[in-house]
Amino acid sequence: MDGNIFQQYPKNDRSNLIAMLQDIQEVHGYLPEKEIRKVADHLGMSLSGVYGVATFYNQFRLTPLGKNIIRVCRGTACHVKNSANILMALENELGICAGQTTRDKLFTLETVACIGACSIAPVININDDYYGRVTVKEIPKILNKYKKQEQAVSAE
Amino acid sequence: MKSFIEKCCDQCWHSPSTPCELFVACSVEGPLCHNDDKCKEKYKNLNEALRYVSTDIPVIFIGMGTCGLASGADKVKSAIEEELVNQNINALIVPTGCVGYCAREPIVDIKLPGEDRISYCEIQPKDVKDLIKTTIIDKKVYKKKLLGSYGETKDGIPNIDEIPFFKRQHKVVLKNCGVINPNSIDEYIAAGGFKALDKALRILTPEKVIEEIKASGLRGRGGGGFPTGIKWELAHKKKSDTKYIICNADEGDPGAFMDRSVLESDPYRLIEGMIIGAYAIGASYGYIYCRAEYPLAIERLEDAILKCREYGLLGKNILDSDFDFDLKIKKGAGAFVCGEETALIASIEGKRGMPRPRPPYPADSGLWGKPTVINNVETFANVPSVINMGSAWFASTGTKTSKGTKVFALSGKVVNSGLVEVPMGITLREVVFDIGGGIPDDKKFKAVQIGGPSGGCLPDSVLDTEVDYESLKEVGAMMGSGGFVVMDEDTCMVDVAKFFLTFIQNESCGKCVPCREGTKRMLEIIERIPVRYGSNGDKTEQLQRFKGIIHLQRLAKVIQDTSLCGLGQSAPNPVLSGLRYFRDEYEEHLFERKCGAKVCKEILTYEIDPDVCNGCGVCLRKCSAEAIIGEKKQPHQIIQVKCTKCGMCFESCRFDAIKVN
Repeated sequence: MDGNIFQQYPKNDRSNLIAMLQDIQEVHGYLPEKEIRKVADHLGMSLSGVYGVATFYNQFRLTPLGKNIIRVCRGTACHVKNSANILMALENELGICAGQTTRDKLFTLETVACIGACSIAPVININDDYYGRVTVKEIPKILNKYKKQEQAVSAE
Repeated sequence: MKSFIEKCCDQCWHSPSTPCELFVACSVEGPLCHNDDKCKEKYKNLNEALRYVSTDIPVIFIGMGTCGLASGADKVKSAIEEELVNQNINALIVPTGCVGYCAREPIVDIKLPGEDRISYCEIQPKDVKDLIKTTIIDKKVYKKKLLGSYGETKDGIPNIDEIPFFKRQHKVVLKNCGVINPNSIDEYIAAGGFKALDKALRILTPEKVIEEIKASGLRGRGGGGFPTGIKWELAHKKKSDTKYIICNADEGDPGAFMDRSVLESDPYRLIEGMIIGAYAIGASYGYIYCRAEYPLAIERLEDAILKCREYGLLGKNILDSDFDFDLKIKKGAGAFVCGEETALIASIEGKRGMPRPRPPYPADSGLWGKPTVINNVETFANVPSVINMGSAWFASTGTKTSKGTKVFALSGKVVNSGLVEVPMGITLREVVFDIGGGIPDDKKFKAVQIGGPSGGCLPDSVLDTEVDYESLKEVGAMMGSGGFVVMDEDTCMVDVAKFFLTFIQNESCGKCVPCREGTKRMLEIIERIPVRYGSNGDKTEQLQRFKGIIHLQRLAKVIQDTSLCGLGQSAPNPVLSGLRYFRDEYEEHLFERKCGAKVCKEILTYEIDPDVCNGCGVCLRKCSAEAIIGEKKQPHQIIQVKCTKCGMCFESCRFDAIKVN
C-alpha cells in the first residue's frame, strides 16, 4: 500500500504534493517524519518546503491519532447553539484539550471549522458517526459507548 | 434498455470513441436518426421509468445527504429494507440527496403505482412499520408525518410547494436536489439534464454562450458578485494554447453548506455547467477544488465524472463537436483562505495556499501561468438553466443589479433550518420569518449573520432590506457565500465578534502584515472586553483595554484598506457591524460588566438557590474546579473565588437551582 503511493505519482511533479500527503495520512493516520523525508526526495523538494505545506493546512497532523477521533463542529450555527460548552464538556470528560490525544490512545479531540450539517447544530462527529443536536448531558453517554466497545474488544 | 448508453438497435452508434452529436437530444426525444416504432417505445419507456412516471411497484425515496445521514437516514433505510422483507413487499428504494428541509430530516417519499409522490418527514426507524403498513399495504396517507405531495393539492394533502417553507422559494439550482438519484446520470438526463450542453455544443458558438451569460446578468455566487459573463469573456479573448477552468467548492465558511448540498444532491448539474464554461472560454482541462471534509460529496463527484466519461460527455471530441475537455477533483486540505482564487491556484499547484496581489487576474495568468476561470459551485449550477431557458428568463427574476436566485443556508436559532433558494430582492424578514418560521421557543429575534466571517450581523431594524449584492453591502453585511445564521436574545454580539475574529485569526495565512498582526490585535482588544478585573487586578491591563477600545474602529479601517486579499479586507466586518448596530451591548459589557445574553462567562456569577437545591450532588461531581461544597441532601453552595465560570454546574443541574447573573 505504502509503496503504491510513491508509484502513483510521477517523480519531481510538485503539484501532487498535497494529494500525496493526503494519501499518506490516509494510511498512517498522520504524517510520520520518515514519510515526509521520502516525499521530499520523491518530489525533489527541500524538506522544509514539504514541512511548510504540511503545517499550513489544517488537515495534516504530525502526531499519531487515537483510536476514536472526535470532531467538534465550531461553525457559526453550532457556536450560537453552545458548541463551546460541548467542547468544554468533552475536554473535562476526557481530561485533554482540543487537538490532543488521551493517554490511553483511545480518543483524539479535534475542532472543525464547519462540518456542514448546520441544520442539526450543535454537531459532533466521532469516526464516521454524526451526533446532531448534542447536549452537554449526553456527552458521557456517547463516550461510554466507545469505551464499552473498547472493553469488549480487549476482553476478547 | 436500462440506460441511455445502451444502443436501441444496430443503427445507433454513440460511444465515447465514436461520439454522436445527437446523443443527448436523442435520449429524451429519441430516436432521431432512424424511424422505428420499437426504438421509440424503448426510449419512451426508459424515460418514464427514470422519471418514475409509470412504475408497477412502489418506489421509496430516502434523502441521503449529509444532513439526512446525520439525522439517521441510513438507519431508516435499513429499517425499511427489513420491513419490506418481513411484509414480503417488492418495492424499489432510491437514495436521493437533500431536498433542503434539513430541519425535518430524515425525509422519505413514497410513490405508489399511478399515485402522486408523497413526502413524509422526521421518519425514525420506529415509525417505519406504521409508515409501510399505512402507505403501501393500506394505500392510505400516513397523516402523522405528512409533509406534502408532488402532485396536485387534494384530499387535504398540500402540494409540497405550498407549504410555508417552500412557498416563497424559487428553485433553479436546487431543482433536482432531493428529487432525483444523484448517483444516476440517466435520471439526470431524463430530468432534462445535459440539454443545455447539447444546445451549447450544437447550436451556439462560444461567443454566443458568453453573450447569453452576460445578458442574463449572472454574477459570482461565491460572494464577490463579479459578473460571470465578463470574466469568461476576458479568458475567452486571451490567446493561449491551454486554458483552465476551476470550480471553487472549498466552502470554508462556518455556517454555510449550500455547495455541499449541490455536490451531494446534483453533481451532474455542476459538471454540465463546467463543461459549458470550458467550451465558452476554450479550456481543455478543469479542476474541482473540493473540501476534504466533504467525503460524500467527493465520492459522488468521482462517480459522476467516471459516468460522464463513460457516456462520452467528458473526454475527447465531446458529442462530435471537436471539443475536448476533462476534469479532475483536487481535495482541499482545510484552509479557509483557499477560497480566495489566487490562493486556490497556489494550492492546486501544490504550494502553501497564499494569495498573491492582483492584477494579473487569473483570467490573464492563473494556474501554471495560463488563463484560468474560477467560479463557485452555485455559479456553475446556474449556467445550464441560463442556456436552457434563455437569458431573458433568467433576468426576469431578481433586482436591478442582481439577477436570478440565491441559495442560502438557513441555520442557527430558527425553526426551519435548511437550504432555501429565493429570488433576489426578497426581504430578509421574509427569509427569517416566512420561510424560516421565526425563532423557536418564543424567544426574541436579535440578529441575522449573513456572509460568514466576512459578513455582518444585522438587527431587526434593517430586516426589510432586499437581498442583493449592493443593498447588503450598504447595511454592512455582504452576500458572501450565503450563510444565513439567525441569532436570538441568548446570543451575545461581543461573543460573536470574538468567535469570528478567532476564526479569521486562525485562518489568516500570514502573508501580509495588516491581516496577520491586525486581526490578532483586534482579537486581543475584543477578548479584553468581557473580562472581570477585580479590585486587586492589574491596572495596566485595564488601561490597555480602554486604549484598545479607543483604537478599535481605526484599526478595523486600516485592516480593511491595506490587506492583501478578501479575507483580511473583510475581517473587521463582524466587529464594525457589531459596533454599528449593537453598540449598546458593547457598552453594557464595558461599563456595567454585564452580559445580557449570559454568554460571556467571565463576567457572570453562578449561585445556587438554596430553596430549589435538593443536594443531589451532580454539580459537585461535575465541577472541575472543586468550587462547589455541600452535604448530601442539603443545599450546596459555590465558592466564588474558586469558580472558573465554566457553567458545567448550570448545564448539569436537573432542578434549575443554579442562577446566573
